[in-house]
Amino acid sequence: MAQYMFLLFDSEEWYDNLTRDEWQQAMKLHGEFAAAVEKAGARILGGEALERSSTASTVKNREGAEPLVTDGPFIETREALGGFYVIEARDLDQALELAKLCPSGNIEVRPVMPTSEDAAPPA
Amino acid sequence: MVTEAVEVTRVVDRAHRESWSTVLSSVVRLTRDLDLAEDCTQDAFVQALRTWPDGIPDNPAGWLTTVARRLALDRLRRETNLRRKLPLLVEQPDAEQPDDAEQPTDPLRLVFTCCHPALARESQVALTLRLICGLTTREVAAVLLIGEATAAARITRAKKKIAAAGIPYRIPADHELPARMDVVLTVVHLVYTAGYVATGVELTRTDLTGRAIELARMLERLMPDEPEPLALLGLLLMTEARGDARVSADGELVLLADQDRSRWDVKLLAEGVSRATAALQRGHGRFALQAAVAGLHVTAPSWEKTDWRQVVRMYDAMMVSWPTPIVALNRVAARSLVPGADLEAVLVELDALSKEPALATYAYLPATRADVLTRLGRPGEAAEAYEQAIHLTANETERRFLTTRQTNLGR
Repeated sequence: MAQYMFLLFDSEEWYDNLTRDEWQQAMKLHGEFAAAVEKAGARILGGEALERSSTASTVKNREGAEPLVTDGPFIETREALGGFYVIEARDLDQALELAKLCPSGNIEVRPVMPTSEDAAPPA
Repeated sequence: MVTEAVEVTRVVDRAHRESWSTVLSSVVRLTRDLDLAEDCTQDAFVQALRTWPDGIPDNPAGWLTTVARRLALDRLRRETNLRRKLPLLVEQPDAEQPDDAEQPTDPLRLVFTCCHPALARESQVALTLRLICGLTTREVAAVLLIGEATAAARITRAKKKIAAAGIPYRIPADHELPARMDVVLTVVHLVYTAGYVATGVELTRTDLTGRAIELARMLERLMPDEPEPLALLGLLLMTEARGDARVSADGELVLLADQDRSRWDVKLLAEGVSRATAALQRGHGRFALQAAVAGLHVTAPSWEKTDWRQVVRMYDAMMVSWPTPIVALNRVAARSLVPGADLEAVLVELDALSKEPALATYAYLPATRADVLTRLGRPGEAAEAYEQAIHLTANETERRFLTTRQTNLGR
């Protein structure tokens, strides 16, 4: 089994006129996604929804200078990072199949690097 | 019995061409590490050059597989501590035992890994040329018209992604097969095309077209129930059959329209046509439709007597399922050849296509325009279009051909 992080990127305009029903509907979709992951024999190891990117702060650690704190996300994108999952799956094929079921417009699937004690440095 | 050095080289070369992917893929299943498997396969071929002069084995591929796997096992034993820490290829839990030397489906496993949709198309092609066709990085670079450093970087990056992202070393399940196979067939077709219109002085690189056909044969063998691999093989065989007639005695390009049809390879044609026919009976995928077009060409008595209306119909069908600018261009070109075609309307369509970014550097578009303009009696504009085509083609023979056409305009 390998671990993958799903980074969910979506338009944030959706939040602007969000009704209570729509919000609950979205949460229901994530519940269905979690059920689908379990059914496939994979596991959700973690995951959260994030406040919108306008609430982000970025700290830039600079060589020979004080760290710089700026308002906003590290990279401004039209569709912003809005949440994540960490999923344990058999291989990339299974991870990609699960990403297709994930209720988000764009899902970046990144393998998690093994960092246990006997792991080799990244190639 | 001692064998002549020339004979040994010939046999080793042939084994390299025919069995590289069989040997490599068997070692990959054992090591689950592409780099190590490649090294050991390479070393096995070096050993063959050294020891085969004392006697060529009855089954060269089997000999190479045994030697390569033994080398791999030695290295695995020596490097156990280090290797346990490297990310390894993921296999299906129900995969065959790794100690079986030969699994007939090994090469296909490797093909599907090289052509995984999570790899960029350019990486898929480079990796297939390297791992399946056994080309060196320098040869891969030459085929793809890229620098050697770029080719090396592409191959390395792709291998790293396969290991780190857990791209599995397996044949996709039935329900995934159609989508996954399409990528594989596209890559094999690209390998053939890269060899067919090679760059530089020679018009074709027969080693590469030969390898693409070998690959297509392998896909046909491994997936006998699928119509599209059958169609691809048919298409390639029919194209290959016309190869000799495509170049004149003095090395000039001869277009399909002007080819001496008696020079076509009848045996290859028959093989190709029968496969295309069988594929078309089972489906109308894009390679089946392309094979149908090729079949209409090779069964016609002459260029003029080709059933152009039917050719256009095939392209119409392709535009439904596969609407790319190149298909659109081929369709318009075929339309221009239907007896009594409205050439002005064709020209309007060609001009619309010239705005397609994908065709901006494609010599066939201005070449087709030049032909239509010539037939419309507008030699000045035709000359300009030929100029563009001459500028765009990367092949010397093709360039000479276009230049001759341009020069003949005023006569």
